[in-house]
Amino acid sequence: MSDCFINGIASISAQPTTDPDTFLEDIISHKEAIFRSHDPNYKEYIKPAAMRRMSKSVKMGVTTASMALNNSGVEMPDAIITGTGMGCKQDSEKFLENILNNDEQFLTPTLFIQSTHNTVGGQVALGLGCKAYNVTYVQGAASFETSVMDAQLMLSEESEINILVGGIDEIAKNSTLLHKLDGQIKEDDIDVIKLLDSDTPGTVASEGATFMVLGAETDKSLAKVINVETISEGTPLEIKASIEKFILNQGLSVEDIDAVVLGNNGDVGYDNYYNNLQSSIFSDKEQLCYKHLIGDFHVASSFGFWIGCKIFETNQVPAILKVNDISAKKYNNILLYNQYLGKNHSIALLQRC
Amino acid sequence: MAELREELKEKLIEQLSLEDVEVSEIGDNDPLFGDGLGLDSIDALELIVLLEKDYGIKLKDPKEGKAIFESISVMADYISKHRTK
Repeated sequence: MSDCFINGIASISAQPTTDPDTFLEDIISHKEAIFRSHDPNYKEYIKPAAMRRMSKSVKMGVTTASMALNNSGVEMPDAIITGTGMGCKQDSEKFLENILNNDEQFLTPTLFIQSTHNTVGGQVALGLGCKAYNVTYVQGAASFETSVMDAQLMLSEESEINILVGGIDEIAKNSTLLHKLDGQIKEDDIDVIKLLDSDTPGTVASEGATFMVLGAETDKSLAKVINVETISEGTPLEIKASIEKFILNQGLSVEDIDAVVLGNNGDVGYDNYYNNLQSSIFSDKEQLCYKHLIGDFHVASSFGFWIGCKIFETNQVPAILKVNDISAKKYNNILLYNQYLGKNHSIALLQRC
Repeated sequence: MAELREELKEKLIEQLSLEDVEVSEIGDNDPLFGDGLGLDSIDALELIVLLEKDYGIKLKDPKEGKAIFESISVMADYISKHRTK
């Protein structure tokens, strides 16, 4: 596999994460089971004429793509690859409501155009005038990682290209409520900062977008993506074995891992996947979690990539991320692991450049 | 007719998500496309749907829209002559 470096990254989440000079310094304490992202001033990044039709996911995606490109110094990517679990839900719902309310007549084009999963990738390309490879992966909670894997494959064939890779998911009125009805979201509102201590089923839902520019090493490189792997299903023991094998396959041992970034989401039914690792192979590692800050959504794991890059950049870890008392002496190898409802497990290893 | 023109301006702002535009900022004779309000071809399709849904006017040839959607005044004039609801 050819080398794959993160040369720019930006994230919009339920916390203020768009200021490149801060790293989770001012934390917003959310008190609901469903909460929205903390938005930057989108007008600074998107022309008003273009923005008037954009739903939340498109605004988040176009803005973080612009920020990541800006960070990397790349003006025109050679490919745009996006991942999303649910796509543009807001416009899909409006379009379906129009079908119902107007007896399948008078359907307007804008909502239809913007109701597809690849809308964000398309809008980013339109804004840039980029006619290159443009693909969207819809792979549940592994959508973002699947996009990264595609980028890695492209870089293995052509190492000098720059690939814009992003993950986007948004809250929508009806479909998010459906997830509450089927138990994916907690029944009652909670103090989200205490999410990881929760002993109830379900998690908290939010939204966000992370884009990064992948390519060969440059003077702006933030991290090296050693490898990414996804596993559809497995028991906690099988996943533990897979992670050990993944680390060995990179020519490393568990001892070489300095910190782990885990996707614990306070769901008493599925956090055992993480607990099993935290109490065994990662018991002497610095353990970091983030969903008590940004909530959960299908591409929430992309925030782990942002955290990894920020740690390499600042050599600091905000206390709010730490879930044990161990502090790594150095941060050279950071392992990311995430799953959702026991499915779509993803493992990624980031290394300091 | 003045009432219809105001109604059309409000519908345009709502239907086309012209969030930063006020009714008072749209002149009766301002061009809707190009240098005026800056509408584009997708907006033209939205307006065709609006004519049919709200006023019962079905354009047989979408190209007719170019003349009909020239300005609020022209649109209001066309609607008042052809509306079925």
